[in-house]
Amino acid sequence: MYVAVKGGEKAIDNAHAWLAEERRGDVTVAELSLPQIREQLALAVNRVMAEGSLYDPDLAALAIKQARGDLIEAIFLIRAYRTTLPRLGASCPVDTARMAVVRRISATFKDLPGGQVLGPTFDYTHRLLDFKLAAEGEVPAAAMAPTDLADVPHVTEFLNRDGMIEVEPGGNATPPDLTREPMELPASRALRLQAIARGDEGFILSMAYSTQRGYGRTHAFVGELRIGTVAVEMDIPELGFAVEIGEMELTECETVNQFKGSKTEPPQFTRGYGLVFGQTERKAIAMSLVDRALRWAELGEDFTGAPAQDEEFVLMHADNVQATGFLEHIKLPHYVDFQSELELVRRLRSEALAAQEAAE
Amino acid sequence: MTEHSYNFAYLDEQTKRMIRRAILKGVAVPGYQVPFASREMPMPYGWGTGGVQVTAACLTPDDTLKVIDQGADDTTNAVSIRKFFQRTAGVAVTEATTEASIIQTRHRIPETALSAGQILVYQVPIPEPLRFLEPRETETRKMHELEEYGLMHVKLYEDIARHGTIATAYAYPVKVEGRYVMDPSPIPKFDNPKLSNSPALQLFGAGREQRIYAVPPFTTVVSLDFDDHPFQPTKAPHDCDLCGASESYLDEVITDDQGGRMFVCSDTDFCQTRRASGHIGALGVPVSEGDAA
Amino acid sequence: MTALFQLDDRPLLSVKGLTKHYGSRIGCADVSFDLFPGEVLGIVGESGSGKSTLLSCLAGHMTPDQGQVIFRTTDGPRDTVTMAEAERRRMARTDWAFVHQNPRDGLRMGVSAGGNVGERLMAIGGRHYGDIRAKAIDWLGRVEIAADRIDDRPRAFSGGMQQRLQIARNLVTGPRLVFMDEPTGGLDVSVQARLLDLLRSLVREMGLSAIIVTHDLAVVRLLADRLMVMKGGHVVEQGLTDQVLDDPQHSYTQLLVSSVLQV
Repeated sequence: MYVAVKGGEKAIDNAHAWLAEERRGDVTVAELSLPQIREQLALAVNRVMAEGSLYDPDLAALAIKQARGDLIEAIFLIRAYRTTLPRLGASCPVDTARMAVVRRISATFKDLPGGQVLGPTFDYTHRLLDFKLAAEGEVPAAAMAPTDLADVPHVTEFLNRDGMIEVEPGGNATPPDLTREPMELPASRALRLQAIARGDEGFILSMAYSTQRGYGRTHAFVGELRIGTVAVEMDIPELGFAVEIGEMELTECETVNQFKGSKTEPPQFTRGYGLVFGQTERKAIAMSLVDRALRWAELGEDFTGAPAQDEEFVLMHADNVQATGFLEHIKLPHYVDFQSELELVRRLRSEALAAQEAAE
Repeated sequence: MTEHSYNFAYLDEQTKRMIRRAILKGVAVPGYQVPFASREMPMPYGWGTGGVQVTAACLTPDDTLKVIDQGADDTTNAVSIRKFFQRTAGVAVTEATTEASIIQTRHRIPETALSAGQILVYQVPIPEPLRFLEPRETETRKMHELEEYGLMHVKLYEDIARHGTIATAYAYPVKVEGRYVMDPSPIPKFDNPKLSNSPALQLFGAGREQRIYAVPPFTTVVSLDFDDHPFQPTKAPHDCDLCGASESYLDEVITDDQGGRMFVCSDTDFCQTRRASGHIGALGVPVSEGDAA
Repeated sequence: MTALFQLDDRPLLSVKGLTKHYGSRIGCADVSFDLFPGEVLGIVGESGSGKSTLLSCLAGHMTPDQGQVIFRTTDGPRDTVTMAEAERRRMARTDWAFVHQNPRDGLRMGVSAGGNVGERLMAIGGRHYGDIRAKAIDWLGRVEIAADRIDDRPRAFSGGMQQRLQIARNLVTGPRLVFMDEPTGGLDVSVQARLLDLLRSLVREMGLSAIIVTHDLAVVRLLADRLMVMKGGHVVEQGLTDQVLDDPQHSYTQLLVSSVLQV
């Protein structure tokens, strides 16, 4: 005798209990602490903060722990938490020219005011597995140099002095907020940058890579890549001035791209821009390439049909929380739809077979 | 973080207000997809975030909520969403269609006719009926604006030319109040006639795609067709094996590996109610015995 | 609105000072002309002469920098450049038609021949499958495509057939103005001749007004009442077709004509 499937609720509870056990793993191995994740898996924490759009290393570490190291799941946790937070106000725009840099390189000039600062980078390491780490070896402290507290000017400012690079007009307009208003297309550059900044690193990387291989080529040089901390300030109306409320680590990339000139503009260099929370260099460079590729219309360039030039394609598919949810929803029950298809195919088949028989 | 630190029905009041505005606009322009700033919900996109937000914006503490997925109250996703609102809103829940003031659904319209004052909230994966004919949002919005719906009929034409019949079995496109072509969400086309002239308010939420649309009570909803190939709602040509109903939508259940199968109502409440009042299908047993098993 | 177009001396389309630049390069500059009902205008010139830019601006595919394109709608003359896009698109699928050089641009390659011809009918409210199909069969016949190909997709058609299908798809709703961009462009010579014959009879039979852009003087000789010669974005000469071809005034036209006549 048939009894309909029941007990969904119990099944869910049991599954989640099992998941909690799996997350802990072998209990004879010490449990990970949040400070350990925050300090030793800092780049994972940075990615979760960047794509989760919430600058909080401790919460990001918690999300990574809860998600068993699945970063997209962790980003999802952060996003779902963030959306319920009250919005108290907006900070002043951060001034990246006053960044305390730990890394700052330019590919366009050999040397420049402020100097090239390699900083803590994977670049020029030989990608050989370091078995000392497996033995939990402590590392000797790195050499220290005296800090130069002077501001490090942007490389593009040097080009700007000769009018060699486009001027990005400033403005006091409040940029649209992707998390508070529906995305409308065509999007402004501010909105595009916002969407790319929280877009999936892998997707943005692939889009940027495709421009380098000729699908929407923009001839990009890294004018400057800088990583460091900036002060976050907020206007307090009662005080009538801005006060510093904290600081955050950012990665900024500005590319310098060829431009042949347009109706109104003489030939000059143009810019692509990337700004991402934390030390997230790959993402920032990729972001600046995709930003530049998307600017074809504004600069009067040709649309070559490249995916990276296609605003709707890039913006609608960059968000990994949206993508993963929709991708995985196909594992939900669809048997009502499937049943209706089943009936249809049966009917079409029987009609086709009948027609075949009649013909024979 | 405790559950008490969240607002009633999870969303903050500002967000609810924003969603209500979108709902009102949707009611004012039946079938028109209203963009709204969909929030990131604590469940994945594609799993009912649009429906959940609409339900959250409509819920009051006095409401009685019913949640179904594939017509059933006990499928995992329905259970999960019902539990979410029990935790965050503490509202009464029910499995009885007639007792619910708000029903959130995925893929079905209940068999029992809805009444005035009820709200049916649909979860919508792809709100754009023209999406698979034209992938660009900027273009499809223009097509709606200009009522350029020729392409939709080209699809139906092609179906008939190839199969002799319109080969769309679910998410069958409709025209609302003579103006907007609308995706009724992936309900089987068997359910389409229930969309029209319903005394209940029907709301559609698509979270990932950031769209809300509505069919107000007593609105004419017509399934697209040709004069000489009229729309036909279809179902499996059987009666329910449990309750004997001949007019309800059926799920096909595989009972063994010898090709054995049975057909049962997809609407579990409808089936249960019928069995409780003494209806027995070909393979059914009286309801008390069945429950004990 | 009078239906007696032969007595109608008001232009159907009136173009004034149409200009389009690409950066600092001229697309077309200061083009003006009138097109009267039932008239076929040919626009000739080598590639880069601005004729395709001009056609795109006329048909509303591209927005000109300056100028007017005044079309006599059923509600009187309207500048289609400043017209709301909604209205322009409605016009594009009723009163206007556009035949692309490459049939792939003008056909839905994934839709059957019948669906391609029927689309405009359905777009303006056709809801009877049988009627739409009958009309599609009729039009396939008029462009010399066998009725039993109605359910085949254009992919399975030869280049000439694809082009004829595109013409049927465009003319099925009886437009008042047809734009054609090198309609015989990609076809080999014998196929071209057949298509030209077909076009000529359709144009005469339906009293169509048309603007045909081509680099092929044989096409305009056969189809066009009047001719406009373009070079470097400017109109260098215009007049009755026979007059321009038999007695070209501008040195560029002379060159064009002489190089063709050698063939």
